[in-house]
This record gives sequence, structure tokens and C-alpha cells, in this order.
Amino acid sequence: MAAIALTSVMSMAACAKDSSSSGAGGSSNSASSGSGCKLSTPPTAAAAGTTTTGSSTKVDGSALKVGLAYDIGGRGDASFNDAAAAGLDLAKSQLGVKAENIKETTASPNESDAAKETRLRQLAQEGYNPIVTVGFAYAPALQNVAKDFPQTKFAIVDSTVDNSPNVTPLTFTEEQGSFLVGVIAAYKSKACHVGFVGGVNVPLIQKFQAGFDAGAKAAAPDIKIEDKYITPAGDFTGFQAPDKGRLVAQGELSAGADVIYQAAGNSGKGIFDAVKAKGGSYAIGVDSDQYKQAGVADDKDVIISSMMKRVDTAVYDFLRGVASNDLTGIPKVFDLAVGGVDFATSGGKVDDIKSTVDAYKAQIISGAIKVPSTI
Amino acid sequence: MRSLRGKLLPPVVAIVFSALLCSVALIISGSNPAKALAVMVVQVGRDTTLVDIVNSASVYYLVGIAVAIGFKMNLFNIGVEGQYRIGAALAAIVGGQLNMPPVIGQIVIILTAMVGGAAYAALPAILKVTRGVSEVITTIMLNAIAGGIIALLIKQGAFGVLNNNNISTKPIPSSNWIPGISFGSAGTVFGLVLLAILVGVGYWVLLNRTRFGFELQASGESPTAATAGGVDAKRMIVIAMLVSGAIAGLTALPEVLGRDHAYTLISPQGYGFTGIAVALLGRNNPGGIAFGALLWAFLDQSAVSLDVIQVPREIVTIMQGAIVLSVVVSYEVIRRLELAAEQRRVGLQLAAATTGSAS
Repeated sequence: MAAIALTSVMSMAACAKDSSSSGAGGSSNSASSGSGCKLSTPPTAAAAGTTTTGSSTKVDGSALKVGLAYDIGGRGDASFNDAAAAGLDLAKSQLGVKAENIKETTASPNESDAAKETRLRQLAQEGYNPIVTVGFAYAPALQNVAKDFPQTKFAIVDSTVDNSPNVTPLTFTEEQGSFLVGVIAAYKSKACHVGFVGGVNVPLIQKFQAGFDAGAKAAAPDIKIEDKYITPAGDFTGFQAPDKGRLVAQGELSAGADVIYQAAGNSGKGIFDAVKAKGGSYAIGVDSDQYKQAGVADDKDVIISSMMKRVDTAVYDFLRGVASNDLTGIPKVFDLAVGGVDFATSGGKVDDIKSTVDAYKAQIISGAIKVPSTI
Repeated sequence: MRSLRGKLLPPVVAIVFSALLCSVALIISGSNPAKALAVMVVQVGRDTTLVDIVNSASVYYLVGIAVAIGFKMNLFNIGVEGQYRIGAALAAIVGGQLNMPPVIGQIVIILTAMVGGAAYAALPAILKVTRGVSEVITTIMLNAIAGGIIALLIKQGAFGVLNNNNISTKPIPSSNWIPGISFGSAGTVFGLVLLAILVGVGYWVLLNRTRFGFELQASGESPTAATAGGVDAKRMIVIAMLVSGAIAGLTALPEVLGRDHAYTLISPQGYGFTGIAVALLGRNNPGGIAFGALLWAFLDQSAVSLDVIQVPREIVTIMQGAIVLSVVVSYEVIRRLELAAEQRRVGLQLAAATTGSAS
């Protein structure tokens, strides 16, 4: 008991010393204390709230037979499959979709397109409508199946499918949300040195890196950035390897980075562990508000923010649209303006710079800042 | 008669045993095994399942033969995984980059895949005959390296094209595709299923009707005897590895030329390991491997159907593992039983002969 009290006092003392020293060393135009970087002038705050598209009219979805085809990992992967599952669960409670009318299926690792096609065909044939497919790997299979079931409404997360009017694409501007956490990283880094860890070196994850790097450089032009991926393109184990994630993060930390942003699915756990073990460093989560996530609760004290990609909202909006027979409300792209991506503030570690980040956010929404989506 | 029983009994025993094992697992996990097994059988007649099974089986057959050629020579070519992926990626790149006239295009693409696979198998072969390095170690490591090489090859800026969130090689022009055999709503069988059959026939002829095949089997069964008989063991190792790699290179072609028309980030992996299981199931026999490939493809398809009725699809993995294990065990058990029966029979005859001569 005494030991706990002692350590907490000590850490408080450390914090106090910390903020005072960096406050003294901080540049004059810094909006807050904490950064070791020479910060560029932040845009003047004109915090425009995100526009919410959802109307409050009650929609009844009790007649829907919903099919969900997950990517590898399925429900319980603590990543984007789980986010899609959360959207489905919301539809259960909000729209009254009946549990017995839901079928959830999951892809096996390394299965061929034929298996994906069979899965979608069987769902469609059994009368499931709408059918949500999670992950861009479903795109080729969906292209073939959708034209054979023109009456069935499909949605696909993270991809578009050409020439298929009955497929609703649910895509996101991951680079915009990543830009904002890049700004946060620059403001919170004491060494003016930050890092990005991607799960697999594929275009989708490169969007996260592109946005993060742009955001960090916009906030602090002289910042040093480490960019690393756990596995090369084609080897999708990088999303499922916390041990490798820990090693890559350790590499970036020992190179001097003290704020690490991860976009690595299940491997993120290892990255958080490495940041926590290092001490004095921070981590930024991805996809959901990871500060609140049970699976990484041990490391929540180092998670200062998360880049939220609202797959749950997108799936829910789609199901709601089908239930009300009106899909016109689904945005073409789930971007910052409609709240499709955002940064999390849980834990209160970024409250001091929230107004600055909101100012950048308003600039992106207004189009004054264009965020690159490729590296 | 006895040898036919010796050949057919083990797989039957293995399938029954693994079905029983899976039933137990299903009961423990709270599912109805009868319902699950019924779904597995019924799904074959539905939609495109039968065609999908044949298509997958053609891929598994090619890769199974590739592994079996190594096995015949006592080479454990685990590198089939890397060899087929390199072959497929190179073939897709060549097919997409060069706009070749029909027929010539297909031939060039197929040859590229074979050369690519063989070249990637050449390295472990050379290391084995010159330095005595185990092919098991080198091929495992080369599998990992293959992933990196392919990632480099199909990068944007190299030979990759971005398509949504996926990267693929440039699509192969339709004049260089290999058309399938359409069965209407039941699906389309890959045209290269015929290639798989051809390879199977070629494998049989090679083993049973050529001097090379004889020397290969002799070296595999007794290297010292073969050497004494004038067979150059090193040459045999190199040739066997190259042929194994060349066939491995063909593995993904039914899919590349018949369906995907490109090699992408999400092109399937892991066929090499399936090939090892299929070759074990088929006892390196061309007919047996065909059976093993069809069985494996059937089980893979079942995983999808079982998932749709909410039976854990991992049950299929259990079944596949149980089948391979019990096939190996039951072949050995039945071989011993037959050996014992043979000994008894000969013993009886001998006893009869000695008593006959004594009287």
C-alpha cells in the first residue's frame, strides 16, 4: 500500500518536473507544454463540429435477415472484424434485428477466392439480405456473386466493386484521421522523434502512414519519424503477431522515438507492451478507442489517443439504410467530415492540445489542408 | 488380391477413424455430428461446389505430384511452397507485361512458371550436392525468402498495379487466358484440369517406363545399391529437385490463367503444405494422389458449408490432420499384419515340406 502511494507520488513528481522543464524549453508559439519540437503555428481554431447524418426517426429492422462475412480472425479479433461486429450488435439493439435472423461466417487463412465465392453464394441463396463483407479481400468474389443476385443488397468494407449497383462500398479516409494523431504525436514527443508501426506493408496500411507522417510534419517540420512494417506485402501474419510487433516497436523506441502510432491489428498489443516497458513513452491506438478496449487494458496508461475508424458506424448506417429502404444517406466515403474517422480523447491525455487538433481537423474538413493518401 | 486389400484398406480405415474422431469432437463442442456430416455430403450437389472441388483438386494434384517426385528420391522438398509462388508470380508478370499472340502466349506463360519453379529449386539442390546441406533446412528458409521476393516484384513501381486496396500484377490479356469448360450454373471447370491429368500420366510413365524413373526409385530405396549399380546419385538429386520445382511452378496456373488472370497480394498461399499431405495420402502413387487431392478439396469446401450452419469449421482441420496421421499409421499396421500372415503361411508350408520329406 505504502509502495503504491510512494510510486504514485514519485510519478506525479516526475510529471510535474517534466512539464515544467519542457514548458521552459518549449517554443513560444507552442499551444501547450510537452513538445520538444519547434512547432509550426497551428491553424486558428474554428472547431466545426462533425455533421451527424443520422436522423432520429425510428427504423424497424426486425424483418431483416443479415449475413456477415468476416475476414480472417472473425468476431473477437480486437480489430476491424470486431468493429463490424459492433455495428451489427448496434443494429440488434437499435433496429430490432433478430438474433435468429443473423448469420456470421468467417474466412479461413489462405483460402482461395472460390471459397469466398461459395460463402457469399450460400448466404445469398439462403435468403440473407443484406450481406456485409468485411475486408478488401472479398472484392473479386463479390464482383462475381453480386451480379447473380441482383435483388440482394451487399456492402463491402475497405473496397469498391466496379459495375455492381447492388454493392455499397464502405470506405474510409484513414489518412485524415492519421493526420490528426500525427499532430498529437508531434505535440507530445519530448525528443521530437516519433514512430509508426504498420502490420503489413500494403497500400491500405500505407494510407495510415502517409497521413501520420504528413500530420507530424505539419505540426513540427523538423520532426524525425521512424516508419516500419512488421511483415512485407503478401504475408498477412503481420496483423496477428504481437511478438513481432513488440520487436519492431522496441527497434523504433531504441532509435529514439518516444511516441508510437500503430496500425497493426492484433499485433498492436505487443507494440503497446513495448512502449509501456520502455517508460516515458506514449502509444497511439487504431481503429477503435483502444484506451477503452478490454484486451489492452494493461497498457491503457500509455495510450494517449486512438485513430478511430468507424467501421461500426458504417455497418450500422448501411443496415439502417436497408431497413428504411433508403441507401442515399450513406456517404460515398466515410471521412472526417461525417465522423467516419476521428481521434479519441479518452483518458484525458490530450485534453491540453484538443483545441489545436480540432483546428487542424476543421482545416482538413474545409479542404484547406489536403492529406496525402500515399507515401 | 492381398496387395489390393493392402492398398485400399488403410485409406478407408483412416477416413472412418477420422470421421469418428470428429464426431467425438463435435459432440464435446455441442454440435450434432450426424447433421454436420450430412451437410458435408449434401453440399457437394449444391451450386458450384462439385466444380469448385474439381478445380481445387487440380491445384492440389499438381502440387502433390511435385512433392511426390521428391519423396521418390528420398528428398523432402518442403520448398514446393516457395517454388510454386515464385513460378506463379513470374508467369503472371510475363503474361501481363508481354502482349503475346494466342497459343504462343499460353505456352510462354506455362514455361515461365516451370522455369521459375525449377530455378528456385536449383539452389537447394546445388547446396545439397556440393556442400551436403539438408534440403529441408534450405527450402524452409527459401520459402520465407520467396515471400519477400514476391513482395518486391509486385510492388507499385516494379510490376504492381494498385486496384482499390489490393496490388496485383498487370492483368493477363484475354487472348492469353485458358478458357474453362462451362457447366452453366454449376460453374466452370478450369481448362488446366487437363494439364493436371497430363502431368499425372507423365509422372506414371516417367516412373514406370523410363530408365530415369527406375534409377530414381532405385536411388530412393537404396542409395548404396543404386550407386553400386552405376547411378550417379548427385545427378539424380539435382534432376529430381529440378523436376519437382518445375511441376511445383505449375501449381497455381489453373487459377492464374483460368480465374484470377493476375497475381495479387491476396493470392492464396499454403498449397505447398497441402501438397505434402496429399502426397502422403496418395503414397506417391499417381492414382492415390488424385484421390487424396479430391478428398482434400472436398474437405476444404466443407469448411465453408459447415461455417454457414454454425458448426466450427476447425472441425475440418481436425479431420484433415486425423486422416493424414491415420493413413500413415494404418498403412504401417496393415503392412505388419500382412508380413506376419506371410510369415505364418511360409512357416506352415515349410513345416509341411519338412514333415513331408521326413516321412
